[in-house]
Amino acid sequence: MPANATASALSDPAWMRRLLIATALTFLGLFLLLPLVAVFAEALRRGVFAYWVALVEEDALAAIKLTLIVAVIAVPANLVFGVAASWCVTKFDFRGKNLLITLIDLPFSVSPVISGLIYVLLFGLSGLLGPYLKSEGIQIIFAVPGLVLATIFVTFPFVARELIPLMQEQGSEEEEAALVLGASGWQTFWRVTLPNIKWGLLYGVLLCNARAMGEFGAVSVVSGHIRGYTNTMPLHVEILYNEYNFVAAFAVASVLAMLALVTLVAKTALEWRFGAELAATRHK
Amino acid sequence: MTSILKKPSVLPGFGLTLGFTLSYLSIIVLLPLGALIAKAGSLGWFGFWDAVLTPRVLAAFQVSFGLSLVAAAINAVFGFIVAWVLVRYQFPGKRLVDALVDLPFALPTAVAGIALSALYAPNGWIGKPLNELFGLKVAFTPIGIAIALTFIGLPFVVRTVQPILQELPPEEEEAAVSLGATRGQTFWRVVFPAVLPALVTGFALSFARGVGEYGSVIFIAGNMPGLTEILPLLIVIKLEQFDYAGAAAVGTSMLLVSFVMLLILNILQHWMRSRHAR
Repeated sequence: MPANATASALSDPAWMRRLLIATALTFLGLFLLLPLVAVFAEALRRGVFAYWVALVEEDALAAIKLTLIVAVIAVPANLVFGVAASWCVTKFDFRGKNLLITLIDLPFSVSPVISGLIYVLLFGLSGLLGPYLKSEGIQIIFAVPGLVLATIFVTFPFVARELIPLMQEQGSEEEEAALVLGASGWQTFWRVTLPNIKWGLLYGVLLCNARAMGEFGAVSVVSGHIRGYTNTMPLHVEILYNEYNFVAAFAVASVLAMLALVTLVAKTALEWRFGAELAATRHK
Repeated sequence: MTSILKKPSVLPGFGLTLGFTLSYLSIIVLLPLGALIAKAGSLGWFGFWDAVLTPRVLAAFQVSFGLSLVAAAINAVFGFIVAWVLVRYQFPGKRLVDALVDLPFALPTAVAGIALSALYAPNGWIGKPLNELFGLKVAFTPIGIAIALTFIGLPFVVRTVQPILQELPPEEEEAAVSLGATRGQTFWRVVFPAVLPALVTGFALSFARGVGEYGSVIFIAGNMPGLTEILPLLIVIKLEQFDYAGAAAVGTSMLLVSFVMLLILNILQHWMRSRHAR
């Protein structure tokens, strides 16, 4: 068989290449790019001034602050958990390990609304622990602790899921060497393990944070929608939208969209720069 | 005691990390999920099915599962094309397009929801021409829900198919061609069977995500009971009516179905691995 016939049978004809690229780009443009553009276009519909006024409005600022508070508690909590769980799962062999990994992934297959519902059923007024909490004067549902718990639940697997395949591939030889040379357990962790996993850890934290700040369904159920008190940014967007205050709704939404864009850029940068180190993670 | 449960290791920290992992997992995940099942169980066997098998809940099951299936099928086709184009072809802006695919993972669902609903509303950028030219209404109809679920599920298909396409050894295609296969035969008999398990996994992930999705759907859905009311919304409505047991029953039945899907997914992955090992 002549060489050019082989080459043509191995690659698609030019018309098909063009057709497929055009199909893919049209689809992505319609489904992904256009909604993103629409957010900013709608937010700026009445000009930059109206946009700015909507953002510095009191309830909007309270929502931004609350979103940051929730993320600042939920993300580090899941970071510590993710590192501990990955250490336990990848450095040791024990019975029930696969079950444990499955349970860690479980929150990803639970609907966000159910993720909020379970805390209402546990801590709400008519919930299992409700009467006790009320007698102690502790409020979890329709308050900040409920928002934090629901956020921790929906972002639960992010860090562990990035770290487990990464640490599995790296093995334990370097840690064993450090211990043999006389390092303590903590020294081994801080000086050997952490530098090895830092980029994977950052990657997981990035995704965890994006979801924590953007979560809607779960926090919607536990929030009670008290303006200025228990509304995170996504919930504030919903309220403004339902009040037909579209410019303000899209203005707050545009801040969240920018957060998503920053996350995507940082994530892509990490993948380009440390692609090889993160490879184990991405193939999972 | 430990030696039966755990293989010996020189590394420290087993007790600490396992203890912490199990406590955290129990408090955050297992105990609350237990509360859900306990609440649903408080209805009793017949009470549970009475709460689940109402026309409104069954219609919501149909809407959620049916439209998630439609969206997952759309994503399987176009997600495959996107993955193929990203792996096999070169074109300007390719890296940007590759990064854009993850947008639905990063963009908060409520933002996606209001953006899609503004685009497809009768006076929106896409909704208006569709309505005027074809008399087609998208927002506040089942089509709108399918569009939101397509948006949410797309990266699942692309990101499961893409690495498999990337790692496909070129030797297999070369061998097929040198044995006289045409491009079409090579694709359908060599490339496609190798990618199919990943495509099925991506389809299932996209489907599972669609069933539970809430934020991106409720703005575009119109939320008409029996017609465009999704399951998660029905749970919220039951909660707002203080029907906690009813909400728990619907939630539990959704979880049951999710578990079955997770199980099927694991079996599929197992099957994929054993096929590759062959």
